[in-house]
Amino acid sequence: MALIDPSTLQSIQAPAMHIPDGFLSAPVAGAGFVLTAAAVTVAVRRTNHTLGERSVPLMGVMAAFIFAAQMLNFPVAGGTSGHLLGATLAAILLGPWAAIIVMASVIGVQALMFQDGGLAALGANVFNMGVAAALLGYAVYTATSRLANGRLWLRQVGAFAAAWLTVQAAAALTSFELALSGTSPLNVVLPSMMGVHALIGIGEGLVTVAALAFVTATRRDLLPAEATVSEG
Amino acid sequence: MKLRHIGLIAAGLGIALLVTLFSPFASSSPDGLERVAEDKGFSGVADSPPYQLISDYVFPWVGNKDLATVLSGIVGVLIVAAVVFTIAFLLARGGGAQRSTTSGGGSS
Repeated sequence: MALIDPSTLQSIQAPAMHIPDGFLSAPVAGAGFVLTAAAVTVAVRRTNHTLGERSVPLMGVMAAFIFAAQMLNFPVAGGTSGHLLGATLAAILLGPWAAIIVMASVIGVQALMFQDGGLAALGANVFNMGVAAALLGYAVYTATSRLANGRLWLRQVGAFAAAWLTVQAAAALTSFELALSGTSPLNVVLPSMMGVHALIGIGEGLVTVAALAFVTATRRDLLPAEATVSEG
Repeated sequence: MKLRHIGLIAAGLGIALLVTLFSPFASSSPDGLERVAEDKGFSGVADSPPYQLISDYVFPWVGNKDLATVLSGIVGVLIVAAVVFTIAFLLARGGGAQRSTTSGGGSS
């Protein structure tokens, strides 16, 4: 028997998906900022030396697309919706470090201008959906790409798996942060988060594979060298 | 800026703007985290944001909700693109500008 006060109602009606303020304790939110700042610093250093001419327009376009796609919540089972993260797609096309910069910018603008995700929770949100997601998505994709050995369908399976896993990882990280903050016990929040996001991750996988196929068909030259193995 | 880049930017931004046109059809059901927060009874601990600009992707002062949503998407796409183009341009000038590498950013 739950009493519903209007402020609660408002917060659950909004189609915002990132962690709002209030969910995380100060130490957890602070740790999120420290980890994110460290990762962004590394990302700036790495891209400062490797960012090719090709990457400048592609990073801006990627960020614009991810912002737009994140607005399109798609329904999953049980009156729940999900939307793209985009970190895996960005990491495959741009490399993990440029992808982190793209994701941090998108999530930052969402928090500052669109009140999507809390300001205090911004560090944690960027870490979960940008930093961890880009690094993991890239690692899984490059590993499976190598195994695929030029077979296109296997690379696509790898991209799907990478995308799906990043959503699971972001959900797990969020669960740990909520549990550490004392917001919800881990044995309660972790299974629910993983369950819901197992479905949402399918959408992430499908969009990632479709977007890669689109880029391959239209602008193959945009694909990084390791992704342009001729299909057999 | 090369012609191919201008084409890429125009096409990419065009696709992103096209995507925003579908935003009124997006599901308004609670998303994964909101669903869990509701089910597990902690959605109430969320704080309201300290200020609101284009809160919840609804552009203020526009009566029609669909139009307000699309408008917020267009504004967001342009702002995000401007921010990232600027950052990427500065980063490219910082060290990568002289090298016209065609390989991806994945250096690890």
